[in-house]
Amino acid sequence: MKTGAYYKTKKTTINVLIHLFLLTVAVSCLFPLLWMVSSSLKTQETIFRDTSLIPKEFHFENYYLAWMQGGFGRYFLNSIFYTVCVVIGIVVVSSLAAYAFSRFRFPGKNLLFFMFMAAMMIPIPGSFVPLYVLLNKLHLRNTSLGYILCMINVGLSTSIFLLKTFFDKMPKELEDAARIDGCSKLGIWWNVALPLSKPVLAVVVVFNALNVWNEYVLALIIFDSKHLMPLQVALTTFQGEFITRYPLLMAGLTITALPIILVYLLMQKYIVKGVTQGALVG
Amino acid sequence: MKLKTTLENYLFVLPAVLIFSIFYIYPFIKVFQLGFYEWDGIVSFKDAIPVGWGHFKEIAVDRIWWGSMFNAGYITLIALTFQNALAFLLAWACDREIRMKNFYRVIFFIPPVLSEVVVGLVWQWILDGNYGLLNSWLGHLGLAGLARNWLSDPKTALTAVALVHCWKGFGWGFLIFLAGLQTIPRELYEAGRVDGANAWQSFTKITVPLMIPVAVLVAILTVLGTMQAFVLIIAMTGGGPAYHTQVPVLRILASMRGSSRFGYACAQGISFGVILMAISFIQYRFSKTRQA
Repeated sequence: MKTGAYYKTKKTTINVLIHLFLLTVAVSCLFPLLWMVSSSLKTQETIFRDTSLIPKEFHFENYYLAWMQGGFGRYFLNSIFYTVCVVIGIVVVSSLAAYAFSRFRFPGKNLLFFMFMAAMMIPIPGSFVPLYVLLNKLHLRNTSLGYILCMINVGLSTSIFLLKTFFDKMPKELEDAARIDGCSKLGIWWNVALPLSKPVLAVVVVFNALNVWNEYVLALIIFDSKHLMPLQVALTTFQGEFITRYPLLMAGLTITALPIILVYLLMQKYIVKGVTQGALVG
Repeated sequence: MKLKTTLENYLFVLPAVLIFSIFYIYPFIKVFQLGFYEWDGIVSFKDAIPVGWGHFKEIAVDRIWWGSMFNAGYITLIALTFQNALAFLLAWACDREIRMKNFYRVIFFIPPVLSEVVVGLVWQWILDGNYGLLNSWLGHLGLAGLARNWLSDPKTALTAVALVHCWKGFGWGFLIFLAGLQTIPRELYEAGRVDGANAWQSFTKITVPLMIPVAVLVAILTVLGTMQAFVLIIAMTGGGPAYHTQVPVLRILASMRGSSRFGYACAQGISFGVILMAISFIQYRFSKTRQA
């Protein structure tokens, strides 16, 4: 006869095994990042010998050097600037369009909406080639504006989809009331629809911010001038030029990764939502 | 009045449509035009030489191109099996009454939110042949004989890149699998237990069949994402040693920036896009027949 105690031990053993498995993976997720921070605090001399995770001395001056000499201060501000501009652009442009797709009637509406949705599913791996040609022609290559416009376009389809789905489910009563009070369409969009859609706007903002911050290839082909580059491109450039200056490189990597990790930890609810909803589109 | 309303409505979608037309539709069409010209991107396009299907014939026998396709396929295969199996197991382990569930969920999605550049450079440092942590650990374990220059040894470079890709990517599959598992009504498991099903049976008869659509979705996303991945490779190996970690998008970039062959780059993009569409279509059809 198997007793209750037997089942209890069996259950505990299984739980312990499961935790072991999950913990191993969790540690393997975190360790490379800890190693990155640890390496960023060592010196050019100790980094190649000292393999301890906690350095004997903490050389925080690496961050100062990376920020000033490595130019990461400049690149950091560039990345912030691009992220803010693109996210504001996407929120305004895509919420206007999504609102119209959800509430208004006009000829060609379904076709236009279908176009945006199809763009999410058709991969065009070489599209950066004609984009480069186009930006050259418009004299927008190697300009912030060119990059910002390209990145707004990248986030447009998904954002319109998320916002339209939300507007479709949102009750119309408040908007009707505002209309009766003589509010214009634009006024209703700004004063009524946008405030009500804060939960989905948060998803759109966080998701696109991560996307712009981490973007690489468009920045690579658009920018020639170093002073315009965002962090991601600057990192590979720095690595190419100073291949052996690992402490500074690691400090640069930490400067790049830290904001993302902080934003993620604070806003992870919205990111998880974005992933699961975004995936269900496909 | 009516016309004014319609125009007003169009104004709402105008900015989106404008940006989309210029930066998505125009390049999309332009790819197909450029693909049939030999053009260095510098001289006026009027002087570009039309070559008909020439580029595509060249692609058909371009060994580096097909080698890069093979490499991407290899990475994708590892991602499909190892990465997705890991993602599913982790999701399954988290889809139960277990402590620290949220902690695990938060941690597993950290690698996906990092950029490929950051991930690639950190791992490149760990795998470094001379001073890397991995080799130093192997030395401490008395396995110094196994130590090697992981990213410049042709035997290990591609697999190393593939495993780092899995490290970065499994969190996506994990989240989607977990969301899928949570939609399975708990009553089904209850009913199964009442009917005398053991844990293994309820797993194979309830969980697995209900998860097939989610698995197909994850598989399609994995294939599309992994075949087109390349930034991680730029950061880790730059495509070397000697083309051993080249992938298609890296070749397109090289045709454009390295050899200034804009037309050939576009033709490569078209061929690759068609292949990607075909693969996801087959996967999709396969899932339909399985469900029917």
